[in-house]
Amino acid sequence: MGLESYIKDTGFLTTQLNAIIGWARKNSVWPMPMGISCCAIEMMAVGDPKYDIARFGSEVMRFTPRQCDLMIVAGTVTYKMAPVVRKIYDQMPDPKWVIAMGACTSSGGMYRSYSVVQGIDQFLPVDIYLAGCPPRPDNLLHALMMIQDKIGKSKASQFKNITIDDDGIKVPELNVIQKN
Amino acid sequence: MDLKTHIPQKLKENFPDVNFEVSDYKDELTIKFDKRHIVNVCKFIKSDSDLLFTFCSDITAVDWSTRKNRFTVVYNIYSMKNDFRLRLKADVDESDCMIDSVSSVWQAANWQERETYDMYGIKFNNHPDLRRMYMPEEFEHHPLRKDFPLMGIPGSLPLPKK
Repeated sequence: MGLESYIKDTGFLTTQLNAIIGWARKNSVWPMPMGISCCAIEMMAVGDPKYDIARFGSEVMRFTPRQCDLMIVAGTVTYKMAPVVRKIYDQMPDPKWVIAMGACTSSGGMYRSYSVVQGIDQFLPVDIYLAGCPPRPDNLLHALMMIQDKIGKSKASQFKNITIDDDGIKVPELNVIQKN
Repeated sequence: MDLKTHIPQKLKENFPDVNFEVSDYKDELTIKFDKRHIVNVCKFIKSDSDLLFTFCSDITAVDWSTRKNRFTVVYNIYSMKNDFRLRLKADVDESDCMIDSVSSVWQAANWQERETYDMYGIKFNNHPDLRRMYMPEEFEHHPLRKDFPLMGIPGSLPLPKK
């Protein structure tokens, strides 16, 4: 029996705004599937019925960054791809999180080469580094659960639609989108 | 008909003033000659009714680093009629780092020559669209040259600001 059985007529709850916003946010994390190479196959497996990311409220993989909260960077990021990844990240509305999925994304991995960025934290703020080459789908679910913990603990007031432009001036997030 | 003797023979008959170095190593026939004749030889070898090397599988280069003729451009071509693979080679020196394009002979050579230009910096004369294949267009170096460091040249490829 669910909560309904305790609610007679029009029941009410008391809670903190931070708590309920955090609870809602962490259970509806919509991922941006930034699938660049083989890690993307494991990321797709997470969506299938066997692993089922829908259990965590994250089954809506949006292919537009405007509707996403979490960017899963799955694959080797080359120097040529880096501006694209950054542009898509900039187009996501705040608050937003990033999972660096796999060895290549976290550190360049086995591609110790002139063409591969040695870790996407050189141009993106990363929340979770996910080990593996590629990580198993359950590892990605674990990373998602850690992100959920992080979101649940954070306060809504910590996120403001403010960013800092090249001259150090605070501008609304909207301008960042328009600049691109 | 033994193609391994037939092809060099035919080339020598048709191009008496070109010096062909023929080698047969591990059952693979390689013919090396001066880069000035590359287009004429390729045209002939493609259109001759005995040979018909209609398929250009790959064009690449070798960097010999300190040797006098620093680069060797390598053409791997295939004759569907004879089921025969042939390798053509031509030396290119760094001081005169260019060779004539064979993209007028084989359309497939277009991108392969662009790749070779990108990686080695060898210019292909009369190429219809000689741009870089892999690296960003504003990149100034050629990564497969022996003097290019494995981890690249710091600052040569810009990253977005954090």
